[in-house]
Amino acid sequence: MATAVATDLNFFQVKRGFFSWIFSIDHKRIGLLYMYSLITFFLVGATLGVLMRLELLNPGKDFLEAQTYNQVFTLHGVIMIFLFIIPSIPAVFGNFFLPIMIGTDDVAFPRLNLLSWWLYIIGALMALSTLVFGDGPADTGWTFYAPYSVNTSTNVTISVLAAFVLGFSSILTGLNFIVTIHRLRTPGMTFMKMPLFAWSLYATSWIQLLATPIIGITLMMIVAERVFGVGLFDPSIGGDPILYQHLFWIYSHPAVYIMALPAFGIISELLPTFSQRTIFGYSAIAFSSLAIAFIGYFVWGHHMFTSGMSGPARIIFSILTFLVAIPTAIKVFNWVATLYKGSINVQPPLLYALAFIFQFSVGGLTGVVLGALAADIHLHDTYFVVGHFHYVMFGGAGFAFFGALHYWIPKIWGRMYNIRVANIAFSILFVGFNVLYFPMLVVGLMGMPRRYYDYLPEFHLPNMISTYGSWILAVGLLLMLGNLIVGVRKGKKVGRNPWNGITLEWQTPSPPPLQNFDKMPELPKGGPYDFKQE
Amino acid sequence: MEHATGFVLPNSGHNRDAEASKMGMWLFLFTELLLFGGLFLVYMVYRMLNPEAFLLSSFELNITLGTINTVVLLVSSMTIAMSITAIMRGDSKKSVLLLYLTLAASVIFMIIKFFEWSAKINYGYFPGMEVYQNLPDGESLFFFLYFFMTGLHALHVIIGAVLIAVVIYRTQKGLVTAQKYTLTENAGLYWHLVDLIWIFLFPLLYLIH
Ligand code: HEM
Ligand SMILES: [Cu+2]
Repeated sequence: MATAVATDLNFFQVKRGFFSWIFSIDHKRIGLLYMYSLITFFLVGATLGVLMRLELLNPGKDFLEAQTYNQVFTLHGVIMIFLFIIPSIPAVFGNFFLPIMIGTDDVAFPRLNLLSWWLYIIGALMALSTLVFGDGPADTGWTFYAPYSVNTSTNVTISVLAAFVLGFSSILTGLNFIVTIHRLRTPGMTFMKMPLFAWSLYATSWIQLLATPIIGITLMMIVAERVFGVGLFDPSIGGDPILYQHLFWIYSHPAVYIMALPAFGIISELLPTFSQRTIFGYSAIAFSSLAIAFIGYFVWGHHMFTSGMSGPARIIFSILTFLVAIPTAIKVFNWVATLYKGSINVQPPLLYALAFIFQFSVGGLTGVVLGALAADIHLHDTYFVVGHFHYVMFGGAGFAFFGALHYWIPKIWGRMYNIRVANIAFSILFVGFNVLYFPMLVVGLMGMPRRYYDYLPEFHLPNMISTYGSWILAVGLLLMLGNLIVGVRKGKKVGRNPWNGITLEWQTPSPPPLQNFDKMPELPKGGPYDFKQE
Repeated sequence: MEHATGFVLPNSGHNRDAEASKMGMWLFLFTELLLFGGLFLVYMVYRMLNPEAFLLSSFELNITLGTINTVVLLVSSMTIAMSITAIMRGDSKKSVLLLYLTLAASVIFMIIKFFEWSAKINYGYFPGMEVYQNLPDGESLFFFLYFFMTGLHALHVIIGAVLIAVVIYRTQKGLVTAQKYTLTENAGLYWHLVDLIWIFLFPLLYLIH
């Protein structure tokens, strides 16, 4: 075809300079832009988390005022949810690898893709700008519950507008992925021959499209209420605060699956590669993603069991919540079955995948406990909930993100990090994580409420252990990131396929050329995970 | 161009793909519908909570002006559909003419809206004004929702008008042709959405008694 002049230049080399990055329409560069920004915000959020734990080391006030503590957990929540975990895997690895894995050279709308990164940055700057003026960051919790959120003098308006802009960015990414998957698959790749990561992004994108507009309009109403003093949600002027909660969770529960489904997709890539065996139950995994996306849309009420809902409504929401556990468990069993009789190659990405399965199961099972109406009445707004959602979002989605980093960094930069150090960092992280969050489940069962800077003396021991855990975790995080950065710069060069993977990204050079492929990619004969061929 | 050298895939994301653009537009319209869907939901809830107040306040709206605007939008939906047919046949002059008519309709719509709004504002019904503050809770909610919903819709009318202006410009420059008219089609889809939302808003706010 073409006169292969410049194919030996990879996508880092074709153009240089800061502006060639922030105005690039190459999906790979945009993926990396997201990676740098996301990890930065994650570190900010994590620092806030460690600060909170420090305050909670001992009962009584240590160094944060009650009001400051409220603002810290709100900012921590907003950053971790809207700036880190919701965009995380799709924006970074979806952008970078979706086109490569389906054998094309970009997303369907490259310019729109750049726009969504810019919107993300604008939203992020808005969220952080609340730090510097007026009464500081919002103190409402990341949920912005009315009526407090319409009355407090802190910068709720800006935070809420930031979430709106970020939502828009998320919609554009989702839209882009759906069209990309429909229109740009390589010839011969049917939907049922797509890698499972692409499937999970497909399901996620639909949730982003279907749920995000609702939160958008709800947040606009909060702004309107604050600016014009309309009684939408504040009962003292005729509003209905429960309506706000409904609207908020209609988005925010599906958002949990925006975080979880891409992580499932990552795990479904890691396990076949590191057991050199085809995935067990391909279509069950693919369709359970869609099932989760669908059922997940009807369970939002489980966040409101104690807010005043009719008995039948609560029971229905409780039952539906249990239903979500079924497709989720299907996935877990399929993953475990994939490992059975595989030739397992224990490498850092696999370790993260295994930690994911364990921690996500803890998160999922504690979720079932909370989904049970009777138990939730007792556990609502306790540290049990804080432990639960960190197990899901951090122990699950966050660890999948780290696993993906270790899996694909050799592909992105063409260099391998130090495996031994990576294993050590993983162990520290794993221990730190569980020491940090398991005591929260315990102290929650004992009755310690969330969102306070202080607690009763009888809760001292678990809180102390938890804070020690946060220090271990912080060490693990720094070691992991440091090791990756050194690897990217100085690591040993790797070829096209260091892990002996089978999806299409392993057929192209590392780092990939601008057009992603230097020859037509070849599909494995017996489906996307057919390791037996040759 | 970045893609001038080396091996290029046949299924490139940089190829022109009319299907993809249209699919993207449909998905986007879907999110727009949900955005307004959320608002309709809120409206229905509050209407059920305050039936009397909503009824009373809805009598304040000007049904005549509302009806005229409905007709204006319906006609404009037709002209833009005809404009697409024209460009498909290669008649770009006619297409442009019909687009101008659509644009004119959007301006008429906005002018009428302007008079409607200023009448309400003169009475002091705009959120934050003195009369508004003293309205009973239900009525103030109605007027807030009225301004919020029609305002958001008007914003869409303006965006649609700008989009149509772009199509006119590009058609006149010969960039939109019988072979390549996705832009006109997408503008048409968007404009139908603007029309459709109004078709919901009009009975909801003006007509239900
Ligand atoms: C360094 C790691 C982290 C530490 C030490 C940490 C610590 C904490 C603590 C102590 C709280 C509870 C505050 C309270 O209720 O009084 C909290 C809340 C929260 N965390 Fe984390 N966290 C970390 C990472 C994460 C990650 C990775 C995510 C999400 C992916 C996350 C999401 C949240 C959310 C959403 C809240 C609720 C905020 C609210 O109540 O409005 N955290 N975190
Ligand atoms: Cu939920």
